[in-house]
Amino acid sequence: MADRKFSEEHEWIEVDGDVATVGITDHAQEQLGDIVFVDLPEVGTELNKDDEAGVVESVKAASEVYAPIGGEIVEVNDTLTDNPALVNEDAEGDGWFFKIKIADPGELDDLMSEAEYKDFIAD
Amino acid sequence: MSSETLKTTPLHALHVELGAKMVPFAGYDMPVQYPLGILKEHLHTREGAGLFDVSHMGQAWLVSETGDDPAIAFESLVPADVQGLAPGQQRYSQLLNDDGGILDDLMVTRPLSEFGSDRLYLVVNAACKDQDLSHIAEALKGRLRVEPLEDRALLALQGPKAANVAARLFGEELSFLPFMGQARIDWLGADLWFSRSGYTGEDGYEISVPADKAESLARVLLAEPEVEAIGLGARDSLRLEAGLCLYGHDIDTTTTPVEAGLVWSIGKRRRTDGGFPGFDTVAKQLADGAARKRVGILPEGRAPAREGTPILDADGAEIGMVTSGGFGPTLGGPVAMGYVPKGFAKDGTPVFLSVRGKALPANIVKLPFVPPGFYRV
Repeated sequence: MADRKFSEEHEWIEVDGDVATVGITDHAQEQLGDIVFVDLPEVGTELNKDDEAGVVESVKAASEVYAPIGGEIVEVNDTLTDNPALVNEDAEGDGWFFKIKIADPGELDDLMSEAEYKDFIAD
Repeated sequence: MSSETLKTTPLHALHVELGAKMVPFAGYDMPVQYPLGILKEHLHTREGAGLFDVSHMGQAWLVSETGDDPAIAFESLVPADVQGLAPGQQRYSQLLNDDGGILDDLMVTRPLSEFGSDRLYLVVNAACKDQDLSHIAEALKGRLRVEPLEDRALLALQGPKAANVAARLFGEELSFLPFMGQARIDWLGADLWFSRSGYTGEDGYEISVPADKAESLARVLLAEPEVEAIGLGARDSLRLEAGLCLYGHDIDTTTTPVEAGLVWSIGKRRRTDGGFPGFDTVAKQLADGAARKRVGILPEGRAPAREGTPILDADGAEIGMVTSGGFGPTLGGPVAMGYVPKGFAKDGTPVFLSVRGKALPANIVKLPFVPPGFYRV
C-alpha cells in the first residue's frame, strides 16, 4: 500500500509517483453525516496548498474541502456527482475526490502520518 | 463564547442512552440526530412515525384576571380569531409588533371546558419564550396572567402511522381527534394533553406530559415497532419540505404575516376590524398586496442553496434572499424558501441562486414541496 498522509482539515492523500489521490477521511464523513452533494474542482485547475478545492454538503451543512498540497487537478471522481452517498460508504476508497499532480513533493512533509492523525482526532 | 451551562429537557438521559449526537440549541443540549442519521430519520417520519422531544419549547397558561374571555385580551397581540375557538380547538398565530413584524409564531388553544373557561394554553418557540411571556404579561397586565408550565415536557409523535400508535396505546378516540383538536387522556395517572398538530406536514400529535412522566412515555412510544426517535436535523428538513416557517429565519420582526404567506392564519373578522399591533400595515398589504412574498424555490441542479444565498433575476441583479434551504430527503434534491418581489413570486418563474459565486438556475414553486398528510374528517 502506498504512503497515506492526512491533513488537519481531514483530507487523506495517497501518493503514486507524481500524482496524489485526495479524499476526506472516514472520521470526517462520520462527523458530516449523510452526504447529499459534492462539488468537485475542474480538471486543469491549478491549486496552491490549502486552497479550497471543493465542497461537500450533508443534509445539515456545507463544508469546504481543501487541497492538502499544491498542484494541477488531473482527474475528478465524477461518480460522486450522481452518488454523493459513496463518500459515506467508502470515504477512504471509492469515495475519493480528485487526483492532483504534485507541484512540490516537499509539501507532503507538513502532513500527518496515520498514527499522528489518529492522535489528532482523539484530542 | 459563552460558558453558560446548557439547559436539559427531561429526556436528556434517554437521548444520550439512544446514542444521539447532542448540540446546543436555543440554550438547550438537544439531539440533532440519532444513530439512524438525518436522512433515514426524515424518511421514516414520512412513512412510519417519528418521536421528537420538543420540551425546550415554552408552554404556558394565559389566565383571565377580569372574568372576561381571555381570548379578547389575547387578540390585542395576535391577528388570529382567538375568540372564535371552541373549547378543545387550537390555532396557529403570531405575536406582532406595531409595524406588523413578527415577534414569534405560536400555537394557541382554548382548552377543553374541564380546564376552565378562564384560560388559554400557549406553545411558543424555545428561543423566544422568555421574551414572549414577558411581552404578553406586560402588555396584558391586569387582564391576563401568564403561568409558565415549567413542570411539563412536550413530545411530538408525527407521521402517517402516528394515529395507529396513539389509538393502540391511549385509546381509539385519538384516531378521530380532528386536526388542531385537543384531547385529554389519563395515562397511568399521568395527565396527557394531546393536540392533533405538528411541524412536519404529516398527521400526528403534540403531547404535553408532566416532566416526571416524560421519559416513561417516550420509552413506551419508542417500544412500538412503527416509532423511531427523530432529532432536530430531520425536524428541520421535514418542516422545510412542508413549507413551514422557522422563526428567526423565514419570519422575524422584518417580515409581516402577509409577506410570509400566512394570511390564512389571520381571522376574517380581524382583517376588517383589526385591533392587533401593526393592523395598518397588515390591512394595507391585504388590500394592495405585499411588495415581497415568501416563496418556495426549487434548484434545478443538485447543489443545496443555504440560508443567506442571494436570489438573482435573469440579468444577475439581486432580488431577494434564501431564508431556509437545504436538501429535501423526500424530494431527493435541494429545496429552499425565500423572499422575492411580488413580480417574481408566481409559480414557475425562473430565477438564479448565487451559490459560491456561481449563478445556478432555479424555479419559484408553490409551497409545500410535499403534499400534507394532515388528518381530515
